[in-house]
Amino acid sequence: MQILNQFKMELPAKSANESFARVAVAAFIAQLDPTVEEISDIKTAVSEAVTNCIVHAYKEKMGYIYITVRMLAGGRISVKIKDKGCGIPDIKQAMEPLYTTAGGERAGLGFAVMQSFTDKLTVRSAVGKGTTVLFHKQIRSRQ
Amino acid sequence: MQCKIDVTGNMVTAFLDGEIDHHTAKDLREQIDLAIEQHMPANLMLDFRNVTFMDSSGIGLVMGRYRNMQQFGGKVHILNPSPSIKKVLRLAGMDRLAAIENN
Repeated sequence: MQILNQFKMELPAKSANESFARVAVAAFIAQLDPTVEEISDIKTAVSEAVTNCIVHAYKEKMGYIYITVRMLAGGRISVKIKDKGCGIPDIKQAMEPLYTTAGGERAGLGFAVMQSFTDKLTVRSAVGKGTTVLFHKQIRSRQ
Repeated sequence: MQCKIDVTGNMVTAFLDGEIDHHTAKDLREQIDLAIEQHMPANLMLDFRNVTFMDSSGIGLVMGRYRNMQQFGGKVHILNPSPSIKKVLRLAGMDRLAAIENN
């Protein structure tokens, strides 16, 4: 897998950083000249993953979110969003639409949105160690 | 995040503005719920014309208000969502709970 360009950042799991995280990722991939819809899809998926880190992974203790964005051959990008939080005991259940442990104001649609707005989504998690969400998206350059 | 709220007859309109995510949804929720509680309107209009981004926190916001309005038989209307916001709303099936209208 050839990596043409790469961007890494880490930021504390504060809700004020949700906006910064998705805008930073969008700014980095702007060099591929994505469409408005592609940018919006990626921002939404990043926002969901980062929000999960804040609402779930670091519910009990403050920690950091680690984001890696890679530009791969052929206009493909990968985005990895990792935390060292509580982990997910049952990933399959967590990914079910409308399932949430966070109460009435959370829709339980974070993973459903990520799946729908990206080409491929992988979730790895270990209880007590953390969760890694990796997604890929093909950018169809506008030229 | 501040949102402008208009009350006309039996209708409360919330003009949402900017980006709706987990960070901003709480303020919006509190302001809209206060207006619902005070006026018990027949119709709650959520105007998205100035919303530039929304993730599933926005779905939670709409679903929660839908539940609150249902308690006294009120209806929720979603006005002027952009194509990207409509995409999130449709994914969540919100078009079945609330009328999506464009002015």
